[in-house]
Amino acid sequence: MTAEEFNHIQTAHCENGVTVNLLKMKGLDFFTEPLAFGIGAGLFYIHVPFLKINKGPAISFRSMPGQIFKRTCKSLDIDVVHKRFKSTENAQSFLDDKINAGQPVGCQVGVFHLMYFPKSYRFHFNAHNLIIYGKEDGKYLISDPIMEVTTTLTEAELEKVRFAKGPFAPKGHIYYPEKVGEISDELLRKAIVKGIKSNVRMMIQIPSVRAGARGIKFTAGQITKWRSKHGEKKAGLFLGQIVRMQEEIGTGGGGFRFLYAAFLEQAADKLQDDRLIKISEQLTKSGDLWRDSALQMAGIYKGRITSQKDFEDSANILKEISALEKEAFQDLKALKLKY
Amino acid sequence: MKKDELPQDKGDLENFTREVCYVKNKDGKYEKGLSTGWEAKQAALDNAWEEIERVVAQTKESVLNGKVSPIKYYMELQVMDMPVLAGYTGFWSWQIKRHLKPKVFAKLSPSKLEKYAKAFDITVNQLTEFK
Repeated sequence: MTAEEFNHIQTAHCENGVTVNLLKMKGLDFFTEPLAFGIGAGLFYIHVPFLKINKGPAISFRSMPGQIFKRTCKSLDIDVVHKRFKSTENAQSFLDDKINAGQPVGCQVGVFHLMYFPKSYRFHFNAHNLIIYGKEDGKYLISDPIMEVTTTLTEAELEKVRFAKGPFAPKGHIYYPEKVGEISDELLRKAIVKGIKSNVRMMIQIPSVRAGARGIKFTAGQITKWRSKHGEKKAGLFLGQIVRMQEEIGTGGGGFRFLYAAFLEQAADKLQDDRLIKISEQLTKSGDLWRDSALQMAGIYKGRITSQKDFEDSANILKEISALEKEAFQDLKALKLKY
Repeated sequence: MKKDELPQDKGDLENFTREVCYVKNKDGKYEKGLSTGWEAKQAALDNAWEEIERVVAQTKESVLNGKVSPIKYYMELQVMDMPVLAGYTGFWSWQIKRHLKPKVFAKLSPSKLEKYAKAFDITVNQLTEFK
């Protein structure tokens, strides 16, 4: 497939983007990134236990990698193919067969060796997603959803990122939707409601203080202890880490919250239910507060404000967000949505 | 976030890409917007890299003073932690921890050194003749 035949769509988040691009190829013209994110129940918060990154907190603002594509396809009765490989040769020949047959595929990669990324963004993060849609002059044609335009990788470059090592090692992971039936309005409404219900469970019903809306409050509690425990500098670096995780490319400033708000807006339209608009507004408010918290934290790690009170102010914004997201998802639950 | 509030700051994404953000338009509906970057995020990224550089420089001193093996230096230079290096070399974390001791490192077999060199994208010489 050539670049003209493949219609690259840029999105905020990589996995949403791969899902949207691949499903559009299969004829789902109406499909959007917010729909993928909502049906795939992508919104989440977790302060991961036991795991430390640079001796600081490990935090995630969304569900486990791979979940969005999987849940979205399952809810829409779409059959998917997943393949992982032990041998690099098999991984490449399987890929070549697919793209020769005109089937663009989603591919999980590590970003550390991803050459078209800016150097400062290249950490050992192994759950990035892109689409490979063709091959020209020995180079793979790549549609990376977070990039404005398509790009290319040599065989060696692609092999390196497909076989990146460490946590979440991709092992050449390739996936694509195989059989897409007719997506009726009813099926779509059902998928939307199902996605919302899954997300309600994830945000307010997991029995752990570290997960969902409660997890945000947990982090707030930790932040108030950091300055006396680790000193100004280290505590500031930890805050920077929170902001960086909130700020993967394209999800800037609580971007996942805005994305979910956009999903609820579209859901209100598809389900003909205006009550969802009010909850969309709550998520917008939450996204705005995440942005405020990042600015407050930036003040600290830039060394402009460093007193204990400044740390507490950051924590207080997170507490406010925690309460707001808890309320929003309780409201969503109380709607008892039907399709 | 409203569309006109979308930050357009300079940052490391310049000349690579702009990023998509969902913003509210004049009618209060969500739409896609493009941002060149956000200063708050760029500062966090800069901060993280300054810290990495500081630690790398400090470790270089330790290696030259014979306190730790060069593996530690290259590990930090390549921003690897234990699980990542374990993944690239095939060693267990406890093995790597032993190899960080200069005395153990001095006796490592060529094939083991080769695995580290490959993981760090350097030659065995760069590893053993540390400067």
